Amino acid sequence: MTQTLNLTINGTTQTIALDDPRATLLDVLRERLGLTGTKKGCDRGQCGACTVLIDGRRMNACLALALSHDGAAVTTIEGLAEGDRLHPVQDAFLRHDGFQCGYCTPGQIMSAVALIAEAEAGLDPERVREGMSGNLCRCAAYAGITEAVLDATRTMTREDAA
Amino acid sequence: MADLMNVQAHVRLGSNAGQSMTRRDGVLKVTGRAPYAADRQPGGMLHAVTATAGIARGRVAHLDTAAALAHPGVVRVYTPANRPPLAEHPDTKIHGFAWRMEALQDDTVRYAGQPIALVVADTLEAATEGARLLNPRYEAEAPRIGLDGNTPYQPETVSIGRPPSLEAGDMDAARAGAARHLDTVVETAAQYHNALEPHAITAQWFGDRLEIDTPNQAIGLAKQSFATYLGIEPSQILIRSPFLGGGFGSKAILYGAQLLVVLAARDLDRPVKLALRRDQMFGPVGHRPATRQTLRLDLDEHGRIAALDHHTLAVASTFDDFIESASNASHSVYATTAMRTTHSAVRTDTGTPGPMRAPGEAPGSAALEVAIDEAAYALGMDPLAFRLLNYADTDPSTGMEFSSKALRECYERAADLFGWKDRPLEPRTMRQGRLLKGWGMGTAQFPCPMFQAAAHATLRADGSAVVETSAADMGQGAWTALAQIAADGLGIDIDRLEFRSGQSDLPDAGVAGGSGHTATAGTALFNAGADTVRQLADLATNDPASPLFGAGNAGVTARGGRLYRNDDESRSEAYEDILARAGLDLVRGEGKGAREGEAQRAMFSHGGVFAEVLVDPDLGQIRVNRLVGAFAVGRIVNPQLARSQLLGGMIWGVGFALHEEAIHDARTGRFTNNDLAGYHIPVNADIPMIEALTVHEDDPFVNALGIKGVGELGVTGTVGAIANAVWHATGVRPHRFPIHPESLI
Amino acid sequence: MNLFDYTRADTLGAAVGAEGALLAGGTNLLDLMKIGVATPSRLVDVTRLPLSQIEDHGGGLRIGAMVRNADLARHPQVLARFPAVAEALLSGASAQLRNAATTGGNVMQSTRCSYFMDPLSPCNRREPGTGCSAIGGETRNHAILGWTSGCIATHPSDLCVALAAFDAVVEIAGPAGTREVPMATFHPLPDANGVPPALAAGEVITHIRLPDPGGMARHARYVKLRERTSFAFAIVSAAAGIAVQDNRIVAARLALGGVAARPWRSTGAEAALLGQPPIETNFARAAELALQGAAPSGNNAAKIVLARRIAVRALTLAAAGTPDRMPALPASVFEGDDHG
Ligand SMILES: Cc1cc2nc3c(=O)[nH]c(=O)nc-3n(C[C@H](O)[C@H](O)[C@H](O)COP(=O)(O)OP(=O)(O)OC[C@H]3O[C@@H](n4cnc5c(N)ncnc54)[C@H](O)[C@@H]3O)c2cc1C
Ligand code: SF4
Ligand code: FES
Ligand code: FES
Repeated sequence: MTQTLNLTINGTTQTIALDDPRATLLDVLRERLGLTGTKKGCDRGQCGACTVLIDGRRMNACLALALSHDGAAVTTIEGLAEGDRLHPVQDAFLRHDGFQCGYCTPGQIMSAVALIAEAEAGLDPERVREGMSGNLCRCAAYAGITEAVLDATRTMTREDAA
Repeated sequence: MADLMNVQAHVRLGSNAGQSMTRRDGVLKVTGRAPYAADRQPGGMLHAVTATAGIARGRVAHLDTAAALAHPGVVRVYTPANRPPLAEHPDTKIHGFAWRMEALQDDTVRYAGQPIALVVADTLEAATEGARLLNPRYEAEAPRIGLDGNTPYQPETVSIGRPPSLEAGDMDAARAGAARHLDTVVETAAQYHNALEPHAITAQWFGDRLEIDTPNQAIGLAKQSFATYLGIEPSQILIRSPFLGGGFGSKAILYGAQLLVVLAARDLDRPVKLALRRDQMFGPVGHRPATRQTLRLDLDEHGRIAALDHHTLAVASTFDDFIESASNASHSVYATTAMRTTHSAVRTDTGTPGPMRAPGEAPGSAALEVAIDEAAYALGMDPLAFRLLNYADTDPSTGMEFSSKALRECYERAADLFGWKDRPLEPRTMRQGRLLKGWGMGTAQFPCPMFQAAAHATLRADGSAVVETSAADMGQGAWTALAQIAADGLGIDIDRLEFRSGQSDLPDAGVAGGSGHTATAGTALFNAGADTVRQLADLATNDPASPLFGAGNAGVTARGGRLYRNDDESRSEAYEDILARAGLDLVRGEGKGAREGEAQRAMFSHGGVFAEVLVDPDLGQIRVNRLVGAFAVGRIVNPQLARSQLLGGMIWGVGFALHEEAIHDARTGRFTNNDLAGYHIPVNADIPMIEALTVHEDDPFVNALGIKGVGELGVTGTVGAIANAVWHATGVRPHRFPIHPESLI
Repeated sequence: MNLFDYTRADTLGAAVGAEGALLAGGTNLLDLMKIGVATPSRLVDVTRLPLSQIEDHGGGLRIGAMVRNADLARHPQVLARFPAVAEALLSGASAQLRNAATTGGNVMQSTRCSYFMDPLSPCNRREPGTGCSAIGGETRNHAILGWTSGCIATHPSDLCVALAAFDAVVEIAGPAGTREVPMATFHPLPDANGVPPALAAGEVITHIRLPDPGGMARHARYVKLRERTSFAFAIVSAAAGIAVQDNRIVAARLALGGVAARPWRSTGAEAALLGQPPIETNFARAAELALQGAAPSGNNAAKIVLARRIAVRALTLAAAGTPDRMPALPASVFEGDDHG
């Protein structure tokens, strides 16, 4: 039985005829909408590779039943850059080599965007590390990730002030 | 795909090799546009899911295929009863790098998690449920699990075709003359690679041509292997593997489900995709087996090592022969007058182990560094002083000189930065508030193998170039570092270089493993560039109209897209002009990368790693508070990438020391923690402060480019450093990895 | 995952008595469905129920069952009055999971016993009467208190430990009306054949109520021992509160996590502290009482020692006072005045 699902994805509202009630938001994005930037590393909330913003909050898309999020606004890695202009967090990850294989990277970046917006970690590296601990990186690019998040925090604070 | 890298999207921090440059594939990765195999969605694609065995030993007596097929969306269920034929049995070792695998050849179960059926459906959800509905019944036998699960035997080879034992010098004489000896036993747990990208494959047939998207660390070899098992020509197969979401050894080898997906795609005449679930990565795609290592150090009256004896008992599978070569890690690190290294193995009902980042070296180094630390303390010596006293100026296992070895400088730099000189000898003497603090060190060492690679370089009329080789980028940065080397070989600016890589219709770049990929593929690319430049120089120096006329092709240097006369730098000519006058659209060169002849020197990367740990004295929880390493790795192509690799390796050392441990229930043989919530790897919060320095090293022997490896080195040394720091903090000597909090209270 | 009917309850009336499994954040239920441990034929989505408020309740708080863990942990009144609750929450799972997980779901989450999570292993908790596979198996994470040969599993929640310590009450609406149960006894202990359900069919948790913490508001801590620094379940944990007047303890709270099928509140230990000076020897004696009757359920005897020590630690830290700002590494043993 097909059910209808409304999602605003990266600013565009879509009505999706969902072929299977079991579909997670992650599998809707990846397998139905071709938005494969969001990755699946464990499918069980244990790695963070699938992190997206749902109504502005970071969540694991693999444990989000799509139907339960009818009406939600979802931001994925595809929605961050403005054309060729990278989001400050993307740019910081690039410059600080905050990744190696790149598989955890979309999740790390989405998580970092949310972490900065949460404004609780600030420039305290220990808080950044703790706040980013829901995103495993098997390549172990943690040093670069932390540097990138701190750097992007600085950039974005400056931009906000300007 | 191959032209993905035309995006000139990196940030230049310098020029070409030796300089930091952000990854050329970086923009693709930070924008989510880098395509991994599971991101492929050819039209009409079906989803496949394997059903896996719930017993570790026995046979599958019944599968409810009717229930699976009745589930809406399920298209086909493959079992041994209907699996399409293969040209070669999956248990045939078609070459030295082939593992016996399960592709539904029969109903036997040889480990828990083994694939026993493949369900293909319209949606992932349907395929997943179809696999569950198969609800297998088994005839189970009691599994043999763990280091004591079976009678040990003597393997004929260890690792891949290496001798299981080595004896150098006269052990008996060395022992007889020794003043004291020390015995130690160290156990290491089974570990699983757990690349963050689950193994995946998308296969599609176009008539008799097959296209495969799958992450693979040895694309050329994989093409050969697929062809052999399928009974088709390698030329009929195209494998794309532009990005691996981590490999660490587990993506170097084919596994049965890949063959099944290819068969299903042909049988159903539709593209088929399969991605393993995380739990399904525990079994069929290799692991680092558990070891129990027994070391004996005999020391002379000055504290020098007279004899070193290292024995490893390693877990193996019942049906294949990869034996973790941990004892070999002791071959070349410390000077000794005599040594013996041996291995035995125990056959258990698990998937076959395989190479995992620093295979052999990581567990071997962990045990050796613990033993060395114990010896230093027994002698009342500073652990660094003890290591320096036993510094190996030649390789004790062969007597060969080292091609280069700046280990002393590594010790010095890292110890300095760390502040090692203030370390009290006695354990349990340092505190930070209520926490115990300890400092430990270890020596990092990893060999520098080379494999076989080929590359092409084509210089175009506009002075730009394209280079081609089927390299694999699993995060180490091949897209970037190899391009830097290639640009140097061609004498052009990297921005003018197009790099085609990551697919099987390009010249074979060999295996991305053993930390030898950059050296091997890099040499091939450099040589291809040099071959191109040579031809260009021939054209110019034989052309009376060229300012380079008469210089001879050895009399010119290539730089920045121009050839310069060596004897007169003011005379030069641009590549474009040389080609234009010769009326050529392009010049094409070829290159190979391999080590020539038998190695005459011992070739290793080295490093010194220093760790500070904090331990809660009441609760035993451990935190690696600081980790500092200095490494000598020959010529560094891209300092930023090299640092990332070294740091990554060191953090693997943290995981090895404190977290990673796959646990089987001994009664069923099933895992009790085959997921990322149960099988812990370090998280960001586990890594408060970490630094990797590199020391300068020119190595004229390792290869023409002087490149050693950086990928695996960081794991070695680090595990021991952490264990030794834990001892220094607590006075409790860890003899088992990972170190559990409760073992310290 | 089996096919199911998906429905959404927009009012409490629609949820109470509804047939099927309640879906809140889904971080536990969906996970169990993926591994074939939960196989509901109907899901009732309760995320839109109007139960997302945190209200003043006397000097305490009344928390709606749909309040997300992250929001609860950040709420100014939670930080002010129940800092140990915030600390417990922030030490659990990951930021992403806390954004999805609800208060009710956290309370109702299943054990992480690996045999419970393996549908091929017999399990009394999953299927009463089939036996307990954990006994004689890998029991490092299993119970040391309140277990029976029927089940030796622990409850994995961090939040519930802090809630139990601070006298939380679970408000339940059911087809037969409403009822209330103290958090400390909400999760049933196992009997010889399995574990009775905490809720009857059709019941819904609507709120969690926390009474006025009195003098313990600024003397409350949660401490969690885990294998890695973050994103790991507790090996053992403890929540403690202390109120002191004239160097005498006038109120004390202590609950242990990771040790039993429920958060292990120890009123005996609390009573023994009353009237005593807040010093370590007294805390040690209280911890001793809290662990009375503890026994290993397998190869986990070390947990008894660890639990005792973490109780002492939590009491000591609580006596010292809650830091003004939540520590960078919440509930970590590496946090505190002596780090960094
Ligand atoms: C990788 C991982 C790590 C984790 N680590 C931790 C940790 O360290 N500490 C910790 O405490 N927790 C941890 N958790 C567990 C997490 O906190 C729980 O999954 C979460 O709190 C459940 O909340 P939910 O809203 O998602 O519940 P759901 O998954 O939606 O529901 C869980 C159960 O509660 C029932 N339910 C939900 N709401 C109600 C209600 N109002 N009334 C009655 N029944 C209800 C559901 O029917 C279901 O049975 C972890 C989870 C994961 C996946
Ligand atoms: S301990 Fe409890 S949950 Fe675990 S297997 Fe036994 S009965 Fe099941
Ligand atoms: S894929 Fe969602 S957390 Fe791992
Ligand atoms: S970059 Fe490979 S997992 Fe993080």
